[in-house]
Formats: sequence, C-alpha cells, structure tokens
Amino acid sequence: MNWTQAIERLRTGECSLVSLWGEPGRAHMALIDTKSKIHLLDLMCEENRFPSVGRAHPPAIRLERALRDLAGLEPEGAPDTRPWLRHAGAYAFLPAEGESLHQIPVGPVHAGIIEPGHFRFTANGETVVRLEERLGYVHKGIDALMAGAPLERAAALAGRVSGDSTVAYALAFSMAVESALGAQVPPRALWLRALAGELERLANHFGDIGAVCNDASFSIMHASCGLLREQVLRASNACFGHRLMMDCVVPGGMRSDLAAQGEREVRALLALVARRFPELVDLYENTASLKDRTVDTGILSPALAQQYAAGGYVGRASGRQFDARRTPGYAPYDELEFEVPMVQAGDVNARVWIRMQEVEQSLALLEQILERLPPGPVFSPIAPAQGEGTALVEGFRGDIFAWIRLGADGRVERCHLRDPSWFQWPLLEAAIEGNIVADFPLCNKSFNCSYSGHDL
Amino acid sequence: MISRILLRNLVRGPLTEPAPPPDEAALAELAARVNRASQARLGRTLSIREVDAGSCNGCELEIHALNNVLYDLERFGLRFVASPRHADVLLVTGPVTVNMREALERTYQATPDPKWVVAVGDCARNGGVFAGSAACVGGVSAVLPVDLHIPGCPPSPNALLKGLLALVESVST
Repeated sequence: MNWTQAIERLRTGECSLVSLWGEPGRAHMALIDTKSKIHLLDLMCEENRFPSVGRAHPPAIRLERALRDLAGLEPEGAPDTRPWLRHAGAYAFLPAEGESLHQIPVGPVHAGIIEPGHFRFTANGETVVRLEERLGYVHKGIDALMAGAPLERAAALAGRVSGDSTVAYALAFSMAVESALGAQVPPRALWLRALAGELERLANHFGDIGAVCNDASFSIMHASCGLLREQVLRASNACFGHRLMMDCVVPGGMRSDLAAQGEREVRALLALVARRFPELVDLYENTASLKDRTVDTGILSPALAQQYAAGGYVGRASGRQFDARRTPGYAPYDELEFEVPMVQAGDVNARVWIRMQEVEQSLALLEQILERLPPGPVFSPIAPAQGEGTALVEGFRGDIFAWIRLGADGRVERCHLRDPSWFQWPLLEAAIEGNIVADFPLCNKSFNCSYSGHDL
Repeated sequence: MISRILLRNLVRGPLTEPAPPPDEAALAELAARVNRASQARLGRTLSIREVDAGSCNGCELEIHALNNVLYDLERFGLRFVASPRHADVLLVTGPVTVNMREALERTYQATPDPKWVVAVGDCARNGGVFAGSAACVGGVSAVLPVDLHIPGCPPSPNALLKGLLALVESVST
C-alpha cells in the first residue's frame, strides 16, 4: 500500500487512521484495517512536501497541522493551513454566520482545576451553533526531547505525556521498544503491568463518574467517587510505591515487584468497591433530576465515531466496540476473561454507563490477576541495538499508539506517541452542537480528553 | 437510596483525616517573605487560584484530591476559586510552556495584592523532565516571583497540604 492508496482506503472507510507524524524529510502514517492489522507507511518527502491526508479524510487534519509545525513538512492541498501546536500571533477562528449570534471565549485558564485550552463558542441565545477548540497551550516539545534521549530518560518522558495515563503511556513506550528489539519480558512483569493498568483505569473512571455528576450539581456522587478514587491511589502506592504509578513500567519489565502490603490493599480495595459501588450505580440510575441532565445530552453519532476511529468510552458509547486489549491484543489479556461494553446512544449518559460497566470489568480483571499472578523475576535487561517498533495499548481514555526508532547506540532516534484525544477532541465539537452552553461542562467532562497528551 | 447513604454518613461521622504538621522547610522559605500588613488583612483564610502552565496533569490530579473527603482542604480556610480576581494565592504547575507564558503573566496581573505564588511540582521548580525544551520557559520563577516551592512528581496531597499549611501559618502569625 502506498501513500495515495492509503488515503483512498481511509476515505472509503476500509481502514482507520491510527496516526500521522513526521521528522525532517519523512512523513509517517499508521493505519488499522478491519482485521485489526496495523500498516505503517514511510514517505520520503521531496522538497519537504507530501500529499495531504486531511483533504480526503478530516480526522487527519489536526495531526497534519501538528506535523507541519513540528517537522516542517508541507501537506499539499491541505484544507486547513493554520498552525496548531506552535502559537504565533493572532489566531483566525472559523466564522459562523447568521442572525443574533454572539461569541463566548473561554480559556486557556479555566474556572476549575483543569488543564488549559481555549474554547470559542458561537451561540444563538443559549444554543451552541459552533464550538471551535484551540489547543496546544501545554505543548512541551516532547518529540524533540525524545530525539537522542537514552532509553531511561525517554521512558520517564513517555510517562509524563499525560499524567493520568502514566502507566498506559509507559507501557506503550516499553512495548514499542521491546517489539523493536525482539526483547522478551518475564511473564510476571506482564501480569503486573496489567495490574497497574487496571488500577489506573479504575482510578480515572471513578474520578470521571464523580466529576460528570458534579457538573450536573449532584455532589454526593462526586464525594463518594472521590473517596473510591483516593483508595485506589493509596492501594497503588502500597503496590508500587507511587500513587499514580509513575516510572513503574520500564522497557524490560517492571521497576519493582509487587509489595506484599500492596496485594493485601488491593484485596481490601476490591472488597470496599464491591460494597459501595453498586449503591452508587443504583443512585445514579434512580435520580431523575441527574438523568434528566445526562440523557440525550451531547449526542455523538455512531457514523462520526466510526469515521474518526474514536477510542475508549467515547467510541464504545457510540457503537464502536474497539479495545486494544482485545484486538490487536497483548499479554496477559489473551488469558483473561473480560467483556467490552458497547452501546449506540452516544449521549453523556452512555459515556457514564460505559465507564460504570468498565469499572465492573476492571474489578473482575484485578481479581483474576491476583489469583493467577505467576512467580518469577519482573525485569530482564535490554541490550542496546538498532530497531523500529510499534505498540497499541488501551489506556482508560482509549488506545494509545507508540512508534519508536532506536539507533545502534541504543538511544532513541525518533519516538511518536499518539493520544486517543486526537480523534476525540474534534468529536466534542460535533457533540455539543445544538446543545445549550450550560451543558458544555457536562459534555466536556463526559469526553474528558487530554490536553497534555494531545499537545505533546 | 440517597436517604440511606445520607443517614449512614450522618451516623458514621466524617471520614476526614487529621491534618499533617506544616512543612518546616516551607515555613523557613516563607518566613522572610510574608509581611505583617498582609497578615492582618487576610487572617486565616486564603483563596487559591490554580494555574496549569504546562503540567502533564499529574499535579492537577493530586491538587484535586485535596478537595476529597479525606483531605478536605476547606477546613483550614483554604479554598479554590474560579477567578484570579478572587485569589490570594496562585498555585502554579508545569514547566511554563512558551504557549502558556502570556496567560500566566496575565493571570498574575489580574490577581489583587497582596498575593503569593506557590510553584507546585518538580516541573514548576526548574522545568523538571522537560527542562531544556525549546517549547518551555523552564520553571515558574522564570516568569513570576515565587514565594514557595512544593517539590514532587507529583507532590502527594499530604505534601501539598503541609506546604499550604505552612503558608497559612506564616500569613497568620
């Protein structure tokens, strides 16, 4: 498959876009076909130009704009040539025309304790006619810092692309390195990685379920879920010595084995959640004033979720049943029993419901992992060598893609990490259309896209 | 259902845990900076505006945790406010990206005097793992006068609480 054929397959929906990135003189693209096989394309760009993918396939537009900012390559025929991650001077927001429209600028500094970004609403009275996002405020230059970094430093950077998904990112990075070098990881490490990954998913889902309800002014759910989230972080700390489990997953395995106290705390956590969580689900389902806010609000159509290959709860709440733990899949999930919940409704309620189901699944996974955790070492050293590798890992938010090229000295030549938010942020703009401005926090929280993971 | 949960919470009493002692090192860092006039005016309450100036979101998650029932920050007279115009303290995270520099400066200018700046996390101290990036300015003190650093990647809620309690102590004694 060449570049032009790839664009055609994206346009017709035969393939979904996994990512699009570049380096001086070379553009890269990753696609996934309907059999979950990943295809990589590497295009030498004469005169630093390449045929635009965004022209035929809109989900590529922002990636292409970022590629132009970071690698200096020009997408020929691109529909949107405004800078994206590099902010320079005034930004031309897209127009909205009609009678009685007004604009509401929000951010980059927001009212809550959240990441920075700018939202430009055009509204007719209370109704949102157009939302346009402007992101890139937390662009830290991670691509450039990765180039030439030793493995250990690169792993630490990968773990800080999006702090809420530090385990998933460290795992995606490590798996890409291991695939580049054909390195074997001890079985116990694989299982401990899954343990850490499911704890991370639980913590984030509890936080999100509570925060969505809080944005509908139902604070008892927020307080109760906040307590559960805190207990997950304390158990994580007992397991691996860090509340968010930063730097615990490393190329070659795990930095440390599971502490004995950690195993006891995870079991206590599972018992606590089994006792408390069902009544919270019940409370959510049976509070009419809360459901009135979440049902039919911020609907994302299955067609858009499919076109943008939306991952995580955003996709699964709109009929796209993709989960990287299952397909392409990675160890030890092939040996574990779990279900991937999916509904079609696509509203805020559906995204909350999917998270609630995923909490149940993660609890069941944690029990299986603790029961069947194999003995043995948790780390096997990596011998430096040249190579290129990729990985697709299911973080709490969706699938994280990692690509890496290692030099002969074992250092990173180039590394690209693609957050699931790249394909979810544009869909938030679509989901809010026709809703009232006051429902934006609710819609936004139900997506909970990453700013840092997107801005790199 | 909700009445059962509320009744249980009423009978059980608060889940909030005892406060940690204020951080000695932070007290020392602050001692010289807090002036008496502002102490008299502020008493023991401080309003905090959080500004993410390029963090990975890790610090925000732990700052958020300060509001959960176990830490309950508001019992100390500390509360998060929605606007810098209501704030006494700016709690700043991140290596200060080039793209956030202006927003951070403008947030500081919008905060009325007297005001304090607390830099949270290793990135806010000196850029942390992002130090040296062309896209980052490198530490909050490169842009604003910083009164207190709370180290950590990210600092735990207890570390944050200790630092903030030290700030309240210096302001109120």
